[in-house]
Amino acid sequence: MAWNFKGNLPKTDRITRLVDGLFAGMPQIEADRAVLLTESYKQTEGEPIVARRAKAFAHILRHIPITIRPDELIVGSSTKQPRSCQTFPEFSYEWLEAELDTVSTRSADPFTISEETKAALRSVHPYWKGKTTSERATAYMAPEALVAIDHNIFTPGNYFYNGVGHVTVDYGKVLKIGFKGVRAEAEAALAKCSVGDGDYVRRNQFLNAVILSCDAVCEYAARYAELARKMAQSEVNVTRRLELEQIARNCDRVPANGATSFYEACQSFWFVQQLIQMESSGHSISPGRFDQYMFPYYEADIKSGKLTMEAAQELIDCVWIKLNDLNKCRDAASAEGFAGYSMFQNLICGGQDANGLDATNDLSFMCIEASMHVHLPQPSLSVRVWNGSPHEFLIKAAELTRTGIGLPAYYNDEVIIPQLLAHGETMEEARDYNIIGCVEPQSPHKTEGWHDSAFFNMCRPLELVFTSGVDNGVQVGPQTPPVEYLTTFEEFFTAYKQQMEYLIALMVNADNAIDVAHAELCPLPLESCLVDDCIANGKPVQEGGARYNYTGPQGFGIANVADALWVLKKLVFEQKKYTLADFRDAMRDNYGKDMDSAMAQKLTATVAKQAAAQGATIGEAEIKAIYREIAVNKCSESQKIRYATMLEEIAKLDKFGNDLHEVDAMAREAAYTYTRPLTQYTNPRGGVYQAGLYPVSANVPLGAQTGATPDGRLAYTPVADGVSPAAGRDVNGPTAAANSVARLDHFIASNGTLYNMKFHPSALKGRAGLDNFVSLVRGYFDQKGSHMQFNVVSRETLLDAQAHPENYKSLVVRVAGYSALFTTLSKSLQDDIINRTEQGGF
Amino acid sequence: MQLTEVKGRIFDIQRFSVHDGPGIRTIVFLKGCRLRCRWCCNPESQEYAIQEMNKDGKIEVVGRDVTVGEVIEEVLKDRIFYARSGGGLTLSGGESMCQPDFAAALLQEAHAHGINTAIETTACASAEVVDRIIPHVDTVLMDIKHINSEKHKAFTTQPNELILQNAKRIADSGANLIIRVPVVPGFNDTEQEIRAIAEFASGLRNVKHLHLLPYHAFGSDKYRWLGRDYTLSDIKTPSDEQMHRLLEVVNETRLYGQIGG
Repeated sequence: MAWNFKGNLPKTDRITRLVDGLFAGMPQIEADRAVLLTESYKQTEGEPIVARRAKAFAHILRHIPITIRPDELIVGSSTKQPRSCQTFPEFSYEWLEAELDTVSTRSADPFTISEETKAALRSVHPYWKGKTTSERATAYMAPEALVAIDHNIFTPGNYFYNGVGHVTVDYGKVLKIGFKGVRAEAEAALAKCSVGDGDYVRRNQFLNAVILSCDAVCEYAARYAELARKMAQSEVNVTRRLELEQIARNCDRVPANGATSFYEACQSFWFVQQLIQMESSGHSISPGRFDQYMFPYYEADIKSGKLTMEAAQELIDCVWIKLNDLNKCRDAASAEGFAGYSMFQNLICGGQDANGLDATNDLSFMCIEASMHVHLPQPSLSVRVWNGSPHEFLIKAAELTRTGIGLPAYYNDEVIIPQLLAHGETMEEARDYNIIGCVEPQSPHKTEGWHDSAFFNMCRPLELVFTSGVDNGVQVGPQTPPVEYLTTFEEFFTAYKQQMEYLIALMVNADNAIDVAHAELCPLPLESCLVDDCIANGKPVQEGGARYNYTGPQGFGIANVADALWVLKKLVFEQKKYTLADFRDAMRDNYGKDMDSAMAQKLTATVAKQAAAQGATIGEAEIKAIYREIAVNKCSESQKIRYATMLEEIAKLDKFGNDLHEVDAMAREAAYTYTRPLTQYTNPRGGVYQAGLYPVSANVPLGAQTGATPDGRLAYTPVADGVSPAAGRDVNGPTAAANSVARLDHFIASNGTLYNMKFHPSALKGRAGLDNFVSLVRGYFDQKGSHMQFNVVSRETLLDAQAHPENYKSLVVRVAGYSALFTTLSKSLQDDIINRTEQGGF
Repeated sequence: MQLTEVKGRIFDIQRFSVHDGPGIRTIVFLKGCRLRCRWCCNPESQEYAIQEMNKDGKIEVVGRDVTVGEVIEEVLKDRIFYARSGGGLTLSGGESMCQPDFAAALLQEAHAHGINTAIETTACASAEVVDRIIPHVDTVLMDIKHINSEKHKAFTTQPNELILQNAKRIADSGANLIIRVPVVPGFNDTEQEIRAIAEFASGLRNVKHLHLLPYHAFGSDKYRWLGRDYTLSDIKTPSDEQMHRLLEVVNETRLYGQIGG
């Protein structure tokens, strides 16, 4: 057996205090980075962009306030207050400028912001006018693509507003040779350049930017060493004084040099993790296979007797706390789509090594233990499963699942390794894969995956078939024939495919425009020097320096589209009970139902505000009247009765998620309408497009932009989540649902699929409950599903948490690709989680 | 006649059952039972006749006639999960021994497909029927509700002599037999009564495990839907403390007791 871990390890009081410290205050926005960045940019105008980026990064690290929080063993904080954030105006700032006064009171992910910070940000923002990646990207997009975005067909908001992130850098290299070693690699590459080379100019600029960035990181750690020493001198508590002296010695050595102990390795890892995020605002900077690259340091210290398992566990717990100390403020709309302050730092344990042997070790178990100890959403803990995974390890993972934290997510080596091989990666690289962000597989520190580059709402093109591509009077999609002329199901399906293909091309256009903008305006030398083969290629990841390049936008709403196609096939083309025109009218009239109340409230607020702005008196009575006007359906009674019958007919039909071959086959075809057309496209970095099938939590806000659909889903309600069946429609239990979902083609969706199942804790009770749970995961994976995650909470618990959020501040749920604190989610997202079918097993 | 063509009457098939035999199982509920236990949580299972339940205005037909082939097709859908978990098919009811041809054919057909079998039974059947069924069952979950025959009869309408004889018969056949006791307040929830059952069970050859299943009232609505009175409406689920006390009583014998299935 390759591990000694048994049972569990104790959680120390320090960890409890550190967790409490994280949640003592509200997250804040701090302005230091934005101010320093702007200062530097003003001094470097006219210089090559990659040099400007490195100089600005160095300027920030030299001057940004640093702090060591009480009880910390691992240091390095990007903000003065815990769980707070810096801002990144080089990507976008207009939304923040507009939301400065509302960001502290918004429903999803609020941040407090002081008047002083607001003033500081207001003073630097004007400089960025016309200089951001988002403005450049907009200028590059085709006009049709802008129209499609405007009509909510897809949203490329993630990289449009932010840095890209979504990368796993070479932590192991820094642990081994330190940034001095990385700098030496850049110097060696520079020495090989000849001034006469055709690419000399760019190569030279890039490698010098790498050298400057490496030096900046070393200097930053030295600041921490100095601070720790200073604090030690005035520390009265002897134990803490010794701790601070140790911290100072650690920061003297790493990350400038290679680590010589497990403790130094933890500190070195953390500086890399923190500073990659300081360089750009991208989320999903994923630590990847922490249990593998940290293991040599752990093993050496345990063997030499320098370290106990208990002490190692406390250090890992401390790293977990630091991962929760980082935060990110998104624009209000995106915050709903990524709700829960999530950073998506995906850390994965277990699975095979590069040679195909099981890689489970003590650290794999201790990573799970750490998540049990801190009980926080970060890291997004994942577990790799293959036929050779030890049962004990999966039982340990299931114990974590049973706590209801929504972690870990389970990934299937037997699907993901072939996916990477199919893209031409080597066997060794494919076996060494990890997960980025929510569910996106890649081989670590070799890949610029652009995972998560857009959300594509597969329900919207379906709506457009009924209007020949017209949305709100604007021709958004192609002019497919009016539905009266679609006389067979095949003709209808062809029209849907035409809508899809046209709009997918526009999404590719938008993504590629953003890609070019990042390459031109925001190359990232620090990130690049830790991704193969940027140093050898002499260019940053943003210009295609990585060995593997992909773009992975994700489609969602498969279950709704599948059910809708099935409904139309049966009711219109086989039973001939209704015509497509009947469905067009029903969808327009929302099946005679009142508007979704959350949506109606939102619209009421907007209308009331407009009216008030025009000088109308708006009291409670007026607001009620506006609400009624908006919410109440205006169909005649006879129409309503007709629509009610229609909904009953729809409800009677089979649905995806119940282990029924024909409907499931329809879902497979529905997914292909997204996955297949996408694979023909390439990106500006020389890579290919690959599809993901998951919505993060965007199925709720993007559902709120989607009219009624032929599957009986009402307007503005959430669309189905990931590849999961539509909420409440899978009624034959978890095995039936899993069999259905496994019938989708998970191999072609190589940017990841997401299957969310909610469990009542009683289903995992006792050892037998854990065994059966593991068997359920394995049974789904035997059928080549690629990912599975679980919410283990009772409906009652969630309802009570909604009513009394104060009692459930630490209630963690798995939202989509990640865990979040339930009470920090918006009401509508909370409702969506509650309404998902509860898969009881008792 | 082919085994797959044998007909029988069921009222439900429930997948992902994890408390009725090892692993992940599919339970087939057969209709008809000789006992009328007052606490029965599936009162719609008792009559062989197809019935209507009035679910507060919504009429639901309980019971349908099916072939072994149709049932096995449904059961096979989860075979991957059985293989991973050591699960399989469980016959429940009602009492499957009331439909011996159908039950035996289902069990044989499951075995022919390599599916593990279990049965939840009252064993209130003739020796001949028991001998036909048991060879095809990998795990027998058999109820012993009370040792006193009169009290047994008062609460279930049947005396227990035949049941106890069959318990011996099944045990002696070498089957993997687990004894289950529904713990019903006012009927058998004293230490003395449980001890009597446990002592009887520990005298059975091969028996190692006894499960104490705490009474619950989840079935009480169904009595109303069937237009029947629920005669146990005044009793409550036994407390955890009481169940643990009774568990200790079981563990004083050579048996391994557990609470719940």
